[in-house]
Amino acid sequence: MSALLQARAVSKRFGGVQAVADVSFAIERGQIYGLIGPNGAGKTTLFNVLTGIYAPDAGAFVFAGRDISGLRPDRIAAAGIARTFQNIRLFANLSALENVMIGRHVRTRAGVLGAVLRSRSALQEEKDIERRGLELLDYVGIRGRANDAAGNLPYGDQRRLEIARALATDPELLALDEPAAGMNPTERIALGGLVKRVRDDGVTILLIEHDVRLVMNVCDRVLVLDYGERISEGSPAQVQRDPRVIEAYLGAPRAA
Amino acid sequence: MRIPSRAWAGTALVALALLALPFALAYAGTAWVRIANFAILYVMLALGLNIVVGFAGLLDLGYIAFYAVGAYVYALLASPQFGLHLPFWIVLPIGAAVAALFGVILGTPTLKLRGDYLAIVTLGFGEIIRIFLNNLSRPVNITNGPQGIAGIDPFAIGSFSFARAQSLLGLDFSGPIKYYYLLLALAIAVIVVNLRLQNSRIGRAWEAIREDETAARAMGINTRNLKLLAFAMGASFGGLAGGMFSAMQAFISPESFVLVESIMVVSMVVLGGMGNIWGVIVGALLLSFVPEILRWTVSPLQEALFGRQVVEPEVIRMLIFGLALVLVMLFRPAGLLPSAVRKRELAASGEAPLVGARL
Repeated sequence: MSALLQARAVSKRFGGVQAVADVSFAIERGQIYGLIGPNGAGKTTLFNVLTGIYAPDAGAFVFAGRDISGLRPDRIAAAGIARTFQNIRLFANLSALENVMIGRHVRTRAGVLGAVLRSRSALQEEKDIERRGLELLDYVGIRGRANDAAGNLPYGDQRRLEIARALATDPELLALDEPAAGMNPTERIALGGLVKRVRDDGVTILLIEHDVRLVMNVCDRVLVLDYGERISEGSPAQVQRDPRVIEAYLGAPRAA
Repeated sequence: MRIPSRAWAGTALVALALLALPFALAYAGTAWVRIANFAILYVMLALGLNIVVGFAGLLDLGYIAFYAVGAYVYALLASPQFGLHLPFWIVLPIGAAVAALFGVILGTPTLKLRGDYLAIVTLGFGEIIRIFLNNLSRPVNITNGPQGIAGIDPFAIGSFSFARAQSLLGLDFSGPIKYYYLLLALAIAVIVVNLRLQNSRIGRAWEAIREDETAARAMGINTRNLKLLAFAMGASFGGLAGGMFSAMQAFISPESFVLVESIMVVSMVVLGGMGNIWGVIVGALLLSFVPEILRWTVSPLQEALFGRQVVEPEVIRMLIFGLALVLVMLFRPAGLLPSAVRKRELAASGEAPLVGARL
């Protein structure tokens, strides 16, 4: 079986800084794939290249058998990769429900004429969008907040709303950029449960995370970056024992 | 969905009032019917601009250019200028379409600009159009330059002309009154289009772009196409209003499309409440009527108080007008009838209004 997402020697340089260097990996369908590394390791850059914010300098991302590198972000979302943001980027002044409904945009069709003439198909689609939006809010556990402004939700709920909004685009791959950042331990455990549930419902997950414990608990495989380079890859247990990983996180052992 | 009978009664009452209004105004003088017509024209302009500024969040300070394009398209195709006299129901849609094209022409190079930078470029665009109109008289005379185009055809269907007065059922339908009903019908159509767009997939996508363009793109929204769509739709309403203006005035010149006009329309949108259709309508009506009311009251008042004109009426008018704008912005920064979204925005950024803006 071929992988859902393959990174082939992806590189990205900013001026003199090699943010991502020759990174390759493969994510199988149904996996929760972790991406970890110390601060500045290039995780977010890799993520931004994947989601189309930057074009790679070299290498390619192949998603479901198709080269998607260099496509615009909206094309990548249409191809089936949805993302959340490290520093939450909700449509803060719109309601939670509207946020999720906007996520349906890419899978719906109604245009200006449909909206203005209220064609039957447009009205039906609008109903479906709203129903799906409420379902997804329910799914992530914030249905009761549907009409609150997204920016007024508690922090943890905002993270959940971002996931619901991303899921509204019917992704095959859900890419989460540090979803547990700023959460307390209880919220983290609940988030881990949600991530697993999303995977069990058929969405493959790429998880960038700072919190090593969360990654070790939920991920099937883990890729470790340091200074833009791949330093280790394997099951959480393997990666945890890898001396290069320990060195990257804790520093080189003192010469005895 | 059941509509309560009280809402029906209210709607019927408003409709009746709108139908009777021109006759009441005609009683005070035909000038007032013309003023009402211009007010409706401004409602259309403000609603068009509201799509660009209120919905998609793209500050356009050159909006009047599209009004000018619509007006000149009508004037060139239905006047002695080229000897063309096409009927209005052909020219008006052409004018709207050409204006929409100009919207795309303005939109394309400004796709990556936001906020202040976009405002400056659109402001320049508005001036470029006006200067072109002023100078397209040589080497080939197209626009007749600063002299403008005169003798523009009024709207007519067969022998029924909107410019002539007629008596029907014992009522005197003057030209302006006929135009009033036509304008009213068009304005209602524009309002319906706005309302329906706002709560649609397209309207939500515009809101998403206004709120956070990066996130909108990551959600699969083609921001380029949707921004161009906003520019084109807004411009087409401007073009439509321009065509009406041309026919009503029978004469146009570049002087009608100066920067102040753009500023005026932006003020209507901001004063009424950006993004809220009813607010924008109120803003447009207020800013159209209040200066006229002041025009008719300031100088008689001075005569009565001091026996002579102490200050130029025009100066006082602008003074009161400016003061009113400042006061509104101080006490209702989100506009007179703010949209729910805009209210949240201002509250969130800590610029909570001092008084009044609670629901």
